[in-house]
Amino acid sequence: MAREKISLEQVRHVARLARLELAPAEEQRLQAEMSEMLGYVDKLNELDTGGVKPTAQVGEAGTPMREDEVTNPAAADAMLANAPAREGFFFKVPKIIE
Amino acid sequence: MGSDLNRLTITEARERLRRREISARELTRDCLERIAAVEPRLNAFITVSAAEAIAQAEDADRRLAQGGAPDLCGIPLGIKDIYCTRGVRTTCASKILDNFVPPFDATVIERLRAAGAVFVGKANLDEFAMGSSTENSAYGPTRNPHDLERVAGGSSGGSAAAVAAGECLASLGTDTGGSIRLPASFCGVVGIKPTYSRVSRYGVIAYASSLDQVGPFARTVRDAATVLHAVAGADLRDSTCSARPVPDYERALTGEVRGMHIGVPKEYFVEGMDAAVEAAVHASLQRLEAMGARTVEISLPHTGYAVAAYYLIATAEASANLARYDGVRYGLRAGADNNIELYNRTRAQGFGAEVKRRIMLGTFALSAGYYDAYYLKAQKVRTLIRRDFERAFEQCDLIAAPVAPTTAFRLGEKTDDPLKMYLSDIFTISVNLAGLPGMSVPCGADALGMPIGLQLIGPPFGEEAILRAGDAWERSGGFAQPAPRL
Repeated sequence: MAREKISLEQVRHVARLARLELAPAEEQRLQAEMSEMLGYVDKLNELDTGGVKPTAQVGEAGTPMREDEVTNPAAADAMLANAPAREGFFFKVPKIIE
Repeated sequence: MGSDLNRLTITEARERLRRREISARELTRDCLERIAAVEPRLNAFITVSAAEAIAQAEDADRRLAQGGAPDLCGIPLGIKDIYCTRGVRTTCASKILDNFVPPFDATVIERLRAAGAVFVGKANLDEFAMGSSTENSAYGPTRNPHDLERVAGGSSGGSAAAVAAGECLASLGTDTGGSIRLPASFCGVVGIKPTYSRVSRYGVIAYASSLDQVGPFARTVRDAATVLHAVAGADLRDSTCSARPVPDYERALTGEVRGMHIGVPKEYFVEGMDAAVEAAVHASLQRLEAMGARTVEISLPHTGYAVAAYYLIATAEASANLARYDGVRYGLRAGADNNIELYNRTRAQGFGAEVKRRIMLGTFALSAGYYDAYYLKAQKVRTLIRRDFERAFEQCDLIAAPVAPTTAFRLGEKTDDPLKMYLSDIFTISVNLAGLPGMSVPCGADALGMPIGLQLIGPPFGEEAILRAGDAWERSGGFAQPAPRL
């Protein structure tokens, strides 16, 4: 329906970047949905933004600083309590591929 | 049935608690009974924490007996399941966090605990706050208390419905593109999104970090002001949180709008709006004028570009914030032979369709070769939208507008077309992009009795102006929102 704004190959590339395993039906559906959305956001190109600074933050300017002091209590067990797998003070994971 | 203490406002309850006419325990008990009675039909809560609530209520009673207890001592609250609550399961309405029990409290939760508030449960939401209807929850949708075949709005649908249905006296939600104001409007309660940086986001599971904001739902503006005051203010653990002192918001509720200039944006009254919504908003403005306010037509010329800018910025930020859900340290873990499979499969199994959609769009918008055309472009448009408001506030003290083009739609009505759903946010999204405070206050109902909200938008840190106007409107008998027949 929407003019193809993104190819299946691009969808697969984005899915790799996003670490999402997609079933073939999902890939198709996402291609259609992303095409529709990208078609819609194209309207931003109606606006001339030459010389306009981008806004990354709408809070107050500046980065607050503080002393680099440890204020957290030692809480390894609490931090590991939700681990799907643990061994001692380690999160246990499948092997890392090269 | 019991004594219906769950129908009290916070203002009423705290007075009666202080005078020891009622106990915190019986107030909490009435809320828990109401929850048991309506939850099977409503589904406003993912987790009900009855035992913890009773224990908190008993602590509150001890404090109240000593005198000098804080405003929220003993007050039962619902908490959107996006706030980390120590020892209480926090799911973000996602399978990927189905079994997650935070080892810490969010800052605002710490503050509410210190104030003696009671937490009755974790309220339902759209998964990771991504949605406008609470239909994207992995735990089923929350229904609208005024019509169970209709949505409660989203993403904070559970928090809004719980207050409307009398399951708690107030609740916390979050608002990134309208997720407090829209459900408040759909459910007929007050909802406030404060100025960005007014309230700490530490311990609030992040969706879009430059847009997310913490805010309360309540049955009256005064109640909402009370909750906001209890949670707002500086926090060293959130580097974006403002250190500006928090005013005594209740002091601002003078009942007076004489001399206030209310801007009415012409771009917000568009075709496709429900006639009932337009009529209710116009009637509210007329009433405010009768009370001494002056309305002035203003223009926010870049309104039509806000949804597009938002769905690039928010999704981009979300793709970064949701990268942490990888099956390694907490939450769901899929079976896998190596780390890459672990991430790919865990995320594929754990995330719902809408979350995947937004991660994909956001990742694309940030990816090499597309960053300038999409994400950077959207950030520039954000500057233009912000400037629109700056110019408008030169002519007015606050802005009044609809919250949504319609009242609550039917379950399933918009789920087939993501873009159709995204356009529900058309009047709320600009406010997040500009970082301004916005509030929805009930102002009418359509022919079917479905609630309509009036949106009041203030300049940065202009909470007092919008609270004052909303409270004055409410107290003038503007619109008495009927309780649901549920």
